[in-house]
Amino acid sequence: MASITILLDNCTGCTLCVKACPFGAIHMANRKAVIDMAKCTFCGACVEACKFSAIELKKEAGGKKDLSGYRDVWVFCEQKKGAVQSISFELLGEGRKLADKLGVKLAAVLLGSGMEAAAAELGWRGADKVYLVDHPALKSYQDDPYTEVLVKLAGEYKPEAVLCGATTIGRSLVSRVAIKLNAGLTADCTGLDIDPKERLLLQTRPAFGGNIMATIITPNHRPQMATVRHKVMKEAPVDRTRRAEIVRKSYPEEVFSSRTRLLDIVEEIGETVNLSEADIIVSGGRGMGGKEGIALVAELAKTLGGAVGASRSAVDADWIPYSHQVGQTGKTVCPKLYIACGISGQIQHLIGMQSSKVIVAVNKDPDAPIFKIATYGIVGDVFELLPALTREFRRVLNK
Amino acid sequence: MHIIVCIKQVPNTTDVRIDPVTNTLIREGVESVINPFDAYAIEEAVRLRERCGGRVTVLTMGPPQAENALREAIGLGCDEAVLVSDRKFAGSDTWATSYTLASAIKKIGDFDVILCGKQASDGDTAQVGPGISTHLDIPQVTYVKKIEEISAEKAKVERMTEEGYDVVETPLPCLFTVVKELNTPRMPSLKGMLRAKSAKPLKWTAEDIEADPAALGLDGSPTRVIKIFTPEPRKGGEMLKGDTADVAAELAELLKDIAL
Amino acid sequence: MDYLLTEQQVMIRDLARKIAEEKIRPVAAHYDETEEFAWPIMKVLADSDLFGVYLPEQYGGLGGGILDMCLVTEELSKACGGIALGYAGTGLGALPILLHGSEEQKKKYLPDIAAGKKLAAFCITEAEAGSDAGSIKTTARKEGGKYILNGTKQWITNAGEAEIYTVIASTDKSKGVRGASAFVVEKGTKGMEFGKKEKKLGIRASATREVIFTDCEIPAANLISREGMGFVIALKTFDCSRPGVAAQAVGIAQGALDHALDYSRTRVQFDQPISAFQAVQHMLADMGTQVEAARALVYATARMVDSGAKSVAKESAMAKLFASEVAMKVATDAVQIFGGYGYMRDYPVEKYMRDAKITQIYEGTSQIQRNVIAASMIKEAIKK
Repeated sequence: MASITILLDNCTGCTLCVKACPFGAIHMANRKAVIDMAKCTFCGACVEACKFSAIELKKEAGGKKDLSGYRDVWVFCEQKKGAVQSISFELLGEGRKLADKLGVKLAAVLLGSGMEAAAAELGWRGADKVYLVDHPALKSYQDDPYTEVLVKLAGEYKPEAVLCGATTIGRSLVSRVAIKLNAGLTADCTGLDIDPKERLLLQTRPAFGGNIMATIITPNHRPQMATVRHKVMKEAPVDRTRRAEIVRKSYPEEVFSSRTRLLDIVEEIGETVNLSEADIIVSGGRGMGGKEGIALVAELAKTLGGAVGASRSAVDADWIPYSHQVGQTGKTVCPKLYIACGISGQIQHLIGMQSSKVIVAVNKDPDAPIFKIATYGIVGDVFELLPALTREFRRVLNK
Repeated sequence: MHIIVCIKQVPNTTDVRIDPVTNTLIREGVESVINPFDAYAIEEAVRLRERCGGRVTVLTMGPPQAENALREAIGLGCDEAVLVSDRKFAGSDTWATSYTLASAIKKIGDFDVILCGKQASDGDTAQVGPGISTHLDIPQVTYVKKIEEISAEKAKVERMTEEGYDVVETPLPCLFTVVKELNTPRMPSLKGMLRAKSAKPLKWTAEDIEADPAALGLDGSPTRVIKIFTPEPRKGGEMLKGDTADVAAELAELLKDIAL
Repeated sequence: MDYLLTEQQVMIRDLARKIAEEKIRPVAAHYDETEEFAWPIMKVLADSDLFGVYLPEQYGGLGGGILDMCLVTEELSKACGGIALGYAGTGLGALPILLHGSEEQKKKYLPDIAAGKKLAAFCITEAEAGSDAGSIKTTARKEGGKYILNGTKQWITNAGEAEIYTVIASTDKSKGVRGASAFVVEKGTKGMEFGKKEKKLGIRASATREVIFTDCEIPAANLISREGMGFVIALKTFDCSRPGVAAQAVGIAQGALDHALDYSRTRVQFDQPISAFQAVQHMLADMGTQVEAARALVYATARMVDSGAKSVAKESAMAKLFASEVAMKVATDAVQIFGGYGYMRDYPVEKYMRDAKITQIYEGTSQIQRNVIAASMIKEAIKK
């Protein structure tokens, strides 16, 4: 078992470790550091912070497992209604880099029905291999058959890393697969890299809505699995001359059986613009005053070809449905442009949108926290500014 | 119907402040609350009991003070509470956490539905719910936004997707992870709070839940945090000043390229 | 100030505060504007057991007293005095049954009130019988096992929304006030109708209507206590309910003060927040002191009522008089601190001024309270 000890002779009571601990697990008693084991995750932040070598962390005993049988980087390519989702191209772009650093192949895993043409396209996007499992039961995502197939594939071909989108499908699927494979899984990564010496995948993810970042590894288990946030990685370019080796796999019928039954897929037209896919989001908050105010937000969003977002207060006031909510209890987004209208910028909202590339804030309160993170800020009346902005954008976009 | 709700205690983010000098989270004095998403799971569990009869057991893994979260859940209408707490759990990642909770659920015994919030607000992984269902080998439906029909044998639910929702039928027992749209959690009741005050949650250790010690805590966790750091804070940019028309025109010019 | 509340009272106050903040405050302006009755909020209060805090445990309550009811009323009133009245008005309607009802009547009506399943209302005022409650015209004529009610009650809080009405009517006109009796009338009884909803200056989320009895037959068992006790029951009811009105006034005053204090710290004039100006500071200081003094008087009176003190008429009147005057003064000053914004309906504070006014009028005007207080003082002096 891992252990962490304060070497009392070395501890000077300087409290550097207390400040460094991201989990609030250290406090001072009698001018010495004390670790609350119930909170400690053995992350080692305190060990690094300590200037007096007063903290001793023993991670694990026992020899290293032989993991050399595991090779290649895999990307699980998500498809809906037969169309490969753009997140998969982003993962192939990133996966290509990782595979090159490791000197291994990049493989795409594609599950669906009638996906032959799409499989070839994954070659254009940088995959060296495509594992294709084509079966009517895989037409739309279902937890059971997708889990079974992916577990069987990984069991047979032993990838060293598997990447998957941090989407509703991806998060549901690989959480199950990782348990079955006894693999390490890191959620919602925003940065990936390789430690070439140890052949480890360095997975960096935000915690606490991006206020702290953690780098996570999987030292002794394979594959190393990660879900990756949408819109963080760059899409792989299309090279139509590239060809991937297509490995078609089939399995006995029972592998495709599902305990759950998908009865219907309902697409809520128009209204639920897919916020996590949108390049431009215009959001309204409490300052929009009501449904009429949200209509001004929607008008600007329409002009820009963007999606409509909202803060929690606008959703709680019933001005706009929950599916539009951005923030801690809503969606996390990172569009190219985020325009926050009448949103003060509570931390719960910032958590959901602060990784947007350009942030514009319009608010009547000059002290609103949103201005602290905005690329461009305007103090003023949203009811005047929004219509004016809509007019100006129509002009510059010739609409 | 026996419904089990899994909850987690998290720091209340409305209290979380960033130290302007060190740029780290100030955790001192931050109150612990029930993970916001778990509140919807608790509410739905109580509603299911009101709809179908039966009882609700609330389960958490955590330090001894997580008992407060369990009491709060009783105040909100849960019938029984179980705390699994052991120093051996320290350092658990989502693999070990879901194994531990699944082991506790096996000890609790028969159940029809397990409810979890879609994710915890501190870790944001959304992995523990699916992990539990896998360890227990039961079906799951994630991101449930509505339970349309439910009987002793099966349920018909709506699963929220990026584009809308799926309608899914599942046999019971089953695990659901739930989203905010599912319900509006009720306020606690005074009688519930009085009951919570005298309630005695069951406290189980690693030994009690008959878990494999090698699968617990840091030893049972495939992943390791090797570095924690604070990202460069996003800096505030330019404030545009002037009358409405000028500011609007200036901004439209600045953003023209993105908008195109 | 620490009022040394019991653990249960702190729990009650905190829960009421949470509901006021999270559920009532966001919708207060909506209900003020639309004058709708806030049934969704009543449901929340019911589910949280708040309707039962002052009712005995054997009737499904939590066994507390008037202070417990005051704590809830005050907290709810901080967010909206009108919505709070749906709660407090039910207390007023329930008190005659609690104080003077038979065991059967208590068993029949109180559990539903404690559970919030039914709201209650108290009917005494008539067009020509306001402060002069002795001149009521509504009659109750006994015929066999029944009473037959005729007459019109005016400005009845919760009318139309409540299920249970306690009604003061004359059973013997020749005896004047000694001929008044109290009855329970259930909504839906034949011959009982409601007038149109009144449009009011403030407390607009509260329902106020006429209750009209036309040959309305009720069982004789619905008589509370004995014939001729109506006026005594009304006075005893008011003795217990006036701390509740006073608590509503304290809540309104505190709510207005909270807004004014927040605003004064953010409103910048002459390059500084207006809270930096002594003129504003002194206003805030007076408001804070007055609110605290009112609260102290209200809690002390409520505790006196709960202790079973024989006569609380003077103290109840003092609490209601003082707290309602404070509410009006503090709410007016809060509007003053907001300046022009305070006068605008987009800002929350003018509503407190409108809501405060009624506390000086209903359940006995400030003038009537002074009459009660003076009469008690003189009576005490004579006895010495």
